[in-house]
Amino acid sequence: MKPVTRIHSRTAVLADENIDTDRIIPARFLTTTTREGLGRLCFHDWRYQADGSDNPAFPLNQPQAQSCAILVAGQNFGCGSSREHAPWALLDYGIQAVLCSELADIFRNNALKNGLLAITVSEGEHRWLLEHPGSELAIDVRGEFIELPDGGRIAFQLEPFARHCLLHGVDQLGYLLQHADAITRYEQQHQEQVA
Amino acid sequence: MTAKTLFEKIWDAHVVAAESTDTPAILYVDLHLVHEVTSPQAFTELRERGLKLRRPERMLATLDHSTPTLPTAANGERPYANDEAKAQVAQLESNCREFGVALHGWDSADRGIVHVIGPELGVTQPGMTIVCGDSHTSTHGAFGALAFGIGTTEVGHVMATQCLLQRRPKTLAIHVDGQLPQGVGAKDLILHIIGQIGVDGGTGHVIEYRGPAIAALSMEQRMTVCNMSIEAGARAGLIAPDETTFAWLQGRPQAPQGAAWDAAVARWRRLPTDAGARFDREVRIDATAVKPTVTYGTHPGMAIAMDAPVPPARNAQEKRALEYMQSQPGQPMQGMPVDVVFIGSCTNSRLSDLREAANVLRGRRVASRVRMLVVPGSEAVRRDAEREGLHQVFTAAGAEWRVPGCSMCIAMNGDLAQPGQLVVSTSNRNFEGRQGKGARTVLASPATAAASAVAGSIADPRDYLVEVAA
Repeated sequence: MKPVTRIHSRTAVLADENIDTDRIIPARFLTTTTREGLGRLCFHDWRYQADGSDNPAFPLNQPQAQSCAILVAGQNFGCGSSREHAPWALLDYGIQAVLCSELADIFRNNALKNGLLAITVSEGEHRWLLEHPGSELAIDVRGEFIELPDGGRIAFQLEPFARHCLLHGVDQLGYLLQHADAITRYEQQHQEQVA
Repeated sequence: MTAKTLFEKIWDAHVVAAESTDTPAILYVDLHLVHEVTSPQAFTELRERGLKLRRPERMLATLDHSTPTLPTAANGERPYANDEAKAQVAQLESNCREFGVALHGWDSADRGIVHVIGPELGVTQPGMTIVCGDSHTSTHGAFGALAFGIGTTEVGHVMATQCLLQRRPKTLAIHVDGQLPQGVGAKDLILHIIGQIGVDGGTGHVIEYRGPAIAALSMEQRMTVCNMSIEAGARAGLIAPDETTFAWLQGRPQAPQGAAWDAAVARWRRLPTDAGARFDREVRIDATAVKPTVTYGTHPGMAIAMDAPVPPARNAQEKRALEYMQSQPGQPMQGMPVDVVFIGSCTNSRLSDLREAANVLRGRRVASRVRMLVVPGSEAVRRDAEREGLHQVFTAAGAEWRVPGCSMCIAMNGDLAQPGQLVVSTSNRNFEGRQGKGARTVLASPATAAASAVAGSIADPRDYLVEVAA
């Protein structure tokens, strides 16, 4: 994973609550066996009309939402299926951070493991962000704050290990493999349970 | 000794390295379930890094999501939805051969939905940690196992190290007091619970379902309840193992035998939550107030008793959901015309679910406007159902009797509804487009689904069961 330290972008807003991972990438596209190239399928059934043209009612199709890397989403974004295809699709589409007052657990976990910043802010801050699409923000991972256009700051907290891995591009599987001896000891001590 | 919850006992027994402020716990995984959709990228990563599976004997793989549920053609071709689905299945077959994983594939007498066959084979056992790249892994919590869904990156972690990096979740006790009324089942109960606590009511928590109404449930009903824990946003759902659990497991192919069985049961009896143990949150539900319950919107938390009026939209999203569903505030869901009925999925495809549907359908016909699919959860369920003649009840009524798989729950194998069609479904998600682009899903119990198939509109199964009894 490449280190992620700072993201600077305007915001795009999807205000709907409970946007599930089926909406982020419909299940019929999950027959893929790779992680790549899913951006064109991101929000597919919301983003395109039946004839394949862009749906003008989809907020991310608005001209001002183009090339926004920060998505402000309604509460409980990423609920439902555990498919990691959802963060893969978002990243490939160009989203590098999702800001929300509450994120679904599995989605947040999957996102952070792929370098997609999944950040929760307070309800009041979330409301402000929802009401101000197109805001120019800078997200600072090291300092754990979001810089607002007026110079104000929103503080956030990442799980410390996830933050460390983002900042240093740590490979979590590599980290786990370093604990092979401890895992072997555990297996030896729990023969009955692990039998 | 400190009083502990069931969750705490399982968690503590699986900590390889304790969590600190800076690092999550390293948690040992006893059983890793695998299917074709969420594993290929993980196998690829292992291959690229030159890694092996740490404990292939702790893995069990099956084919369920992308698999056709129509029988093989005369020329031996399976009717896959497309070449990509076929290739995905072939890739799991070759990955399992290459890495030495037991695959319950097409030639297996045990193939089926991953969350149906784990328990059936006795692989799922109390006190275990179980993961799968699938959010409905919570199903296995019915046995008092800590079971949860993970992403594909974590699938790779478990393959290579048999461990996961995890922060300890919080605990939520849901006490279900009293007993469910006659004609009301586990599916009604869990939809009612999610309707009460919301689709994010369990976020960050592991739920333990407790109380007399839970203790009275059969194992298959408990699986239905735990299955949908994720629909309340929970990390996992648990039910304490008891005599019902042990009786169900005893004699299963991979359950312990003889002296090992006795030792295992003695160990499992120590798992239930100790008196005086504390949960982070507690919720009480009155089982006696639960009625046949259905969803009226586009997430499982939008659930009401079928005879209750659809509530008015409280915000723009709910307004959009009601418009999508064409459900009218103030009107009950009962009586809404139905196009498709689906009985199946890891929520409701077990023998008792099929019996429940067949009891309503026996001697009746599916309404002419309705297409009905019955998809058993596994080959074993299919065999048992056919031995009882349930398949004949379904086909005589005009329903299609299919080959096991996830089918129309996730609608990625070609089994799907058309835009605008209303599906009464025993599955777990009524998201927009989940059962086909533009399709409208109403989640319900097998009895409600069957009654709705006969009526051609959403119907109360109690009306049908009373007639049979009379």
